[in-house]
Amino acid sequence: MPIEVLMPALSPTMTEGTLAKWNVKEGDTIASGDVIAEIETDKATMEVEAVDEGTVGKIVIAEGTENVAVNAVIAYILEEGEDASALDNVSASSGGAAPAAEEKTAAPAEEAAPAASTASAAPVAASGAIERSDAEPRAMSVMNATQDEKTYTSFKTQTVREALRDAMAEEMRGDENVFVMGEEVAQYQGAYKVTQGLLDEFGDRRVVDTPITEIGFTGMATGAAFMGLKPIVEFMTFNFAMQAIDHIINSAAKTLYMSGGQLGCPIVFRGPNGAAARVGAQHSQCYASWYAHCPGLKVIAPWSAADAKGLLKAAIRDPNPIVFLENEIMYGQSFEVPDDDDFVLPIGQAKIEREGTDVTIVAFSIMVGKALKAAEQLAEQGISAEVINLRTIRPLDVNTIIRSVMKTNRLVTCEEGWHFAGIGSEIASVVMEHAFDYLDAPVARVTGEDVPMPYAANLEALALPQEQHIVDAAKAVCYR
Amino acid sequence: MATTKRKRATTRADNQASSDDLLKYYREMLLIRRFEEKAGQLYGMGLIGGFCHLYIGQEAVVVGMQSAITGDDGVITSYRDHGHMLACGMDAGGVMAELTGREGGYSRGKGGSMHMFSKEKNFYGGHGIVGGQVPLGTGIAFNYKYRGEDRVCLTYLGDGAVNQGQVYEAFNMAALWQLPVVYCIENNQYAMGTSTQRHSSSPDLYQRGMAYGIPGEQVDGMDVLAVKEAGERAVAHCREGKGPYILELKTYRYRGHSMSDPAKYRTKDELDKMRKEHDPIDMVKKLLIDGNIIDEAGLKDIDKEVKAEVAKAAEFAQNSPEPDVSELFTDILIDA
Repeated sequence: MPIEVLMPALSPTMTEGTLAKWNVKEGDTIASGDVIAEIETDKATMEVEAVDEGTVGKIVIAEGTENVAVNAVIAYILEEGEDASALDNVSASSGGAAPAAEEKTAAPAEEAAPAASTASAAPVAASGAIERSDAEPRAMSVMNATQDEKTYTSFKTQTVREALRDAMAEEMRGDENVFVMGEEVAQYQGAYKVTQGLLDEFGDRRVVDTPITEIGFTGMATGAAFMGLKPIVEFMTFNFAMQAIDHIINSAAKTLYMSGGQLGCPIVFRGPNGAAARVGAQHSQCYASWYAHCPGLKVIAPWSAADAKGLLKAAIRDPNPIVFLENEIMYGQSFEVPDDDDFVLPIGQAKIEREGTDVTIVAFSIMVGKALKAAEQLAEQGISAEVINLRTIRPLDVNTIIRSVMKTNRLVTCEEGWHFAGIGSEIASVVMEHAFDYLDAPVARVTGEDVPMPYAANLEALALPQEQHIVDAAKAVCYR
Repeated sequence: MATTKRKRATTRADNQASSDDLLKYYREMLLIRRFEEKAGQLYGMGLIGGFCHLYIGQEAVVVGMQSAITGDDGVITSYRDHGHMLACGMDAGGVMAELTGREGGYSRGKGGSMHMFSKEKNFYGGHGIVGGQVPLGTGIAFNYKYRGEDRVCLTYLGDGAVNQGQVYEAFNMAALWQLPVVYCIENNQYAMGTSTQRHSSSPDLYQRGMAYGIPGEQVDGMDVLAVKEAGERAVAHCREGKGPYILELKTYRYRGHSMSDPAKYRTKDELDKMRKEHDPIDMVKKLLIDGNIIDEAGLKDIDKEVKAEVAKAAEFAQNSPEPDVSELFTDILIDA
């Protein structure tokens, strides 16, 4: 059978073009790679190379022909041993080659397109053949009961800083593949002293001081994680992780998917997130919604020392890339922590820190403390607030939130970050989707002001969400 | 550590390749070329979507480098990656089926041309962000050193990537920690449409590690034997625990940057000259014929075998079904 030479596409969007020139004529001998023709669209001219060798048997489309459909037969090549008589059959069968090719069957990508766009165009309803990934789990999670952390009998008082260090040390003792890498983590004992003592115990092979080179060491650690090591990457603050966000998202979060499940990435990116105190705009930002936006990542934001210890241990053991958002101001605060090496908290479960009946306050990280104080004030004013400590931002514990809202019928979300496309926005959407009929008031969001963080003490205080904002928001949704 | 400046160790010292080696190189390079031509054709037919960056012209680079390592060593590259995968011994059908976005592809159709991996063959991608693979490959080498394994990671990058900042962050750490990584700069002389003269303050890319004390050499990347020889030197340096090494492999891509690039930024004469005078496959072909290692008929048999392998791959890639719709939601996270 003679080989068909088809009108090629220059791009996936090209449907037709001009056959500008033939560089060969019938009877010419050609080899793979020879330029046989030139085609044109309004955007470009491209040479057509022969893929097969043989003799040009017949030129079907003359040069200068415009509007030649992609995939139309433009010529036939005779293979070795074939002569022109081989063309007798094909000429008859492909007389209307060009129009026939318009109904090309070779467009699997186009067939798939409608399904994909349906999914993204209708984010709420699980419309079309493909359901949204989270539609089912969401419904299911509402059915499940929330599990609280195990009850332990023995506790010790620890700072968040100590709890984080103990979590790392315990996991490093248990798994040779776990190592810590970052700026000042070893000899300096941690810029914020979180890694204090680790170098002495584990040595410089497993506690690695890096140069100030965020994208470099983040990419390196990610490559090491592809190979099965379990790096804990400390960012001096998450502000500097902006230099490295390409590797966190494009490399760490997406490679499992892009490799069809071959390459996992067991890595923890940790460090202080959000505002510290008086350090200005470039060092005071909450990245929770940035990372929580991305599939392929888990995002954790502990508040107490117990959260920090139990969740960091869980994060190190987890086979997925995890963004672990700490808070500098919390490092020195003390809490009761279960005195048990096996104390691990489940990722993806929120904790009800205070039960209440009138309004639900959802918070994470440092805002949990402010929410609890606000709840005390509210109690004095006769409002019973339930405070949920999210602990994990992604996957979000929708169940606990919905369950609480079904009870209180009112919701206030709290975060240090900006309101636009923030965690509060997501929670408001989720509650609207799953508990719309239970809401007695619009969801209120307490967030940082929509400004870069100012330096001046008075302005900084104004930019950050405070206890009083939560009290005011809770009263507003209670119409009080 | 002294910086070795082997200025233009361009051509090989002498031809020490055995007949079997030469035949192997010929076949492997031809397979890449025929594979890429077929990929170009399938792209033209609308069977391959999106971006498709062909490796035609650069075959001697990966075939030469691959012959300098063992199957235990790692390989990572950017998005012009089809040749690397074939050189690593990955199945042509699996690669082509990934290009067509089918279930039989290496990433089950979810990665595409730029994102393919084979843990089994120690091929770690296929990365789409220019320069991104350089720290990743350095991390693979870090892993080898951490575990005390005698393995090396070949980290390929193009002449376009050498201007990315993260490349130097990786160079610095690789040199600081003496990591077993060979940075293979495939200088095909165009960063998409911008020539090295227009994008690089110094044309000698092998010197880009000088500030870190990383030895570098410039190699004729159209000559598979020269590549192999330099590759062996670089890999031996790594295995001796002396840290990273840079090879600048001067090469040329015959096609545009991607399928939709007509490559109007260079002259036809320049391209013709490279194809006629420096083609890596023709060079080995000449050695084979002149050395009476094989005759034209024997070469034709190889051509037929390769063609059949590519035809089989293309057939598989077209017949393999599209991934099941359930695949949309798999491989996002590993169950903890």
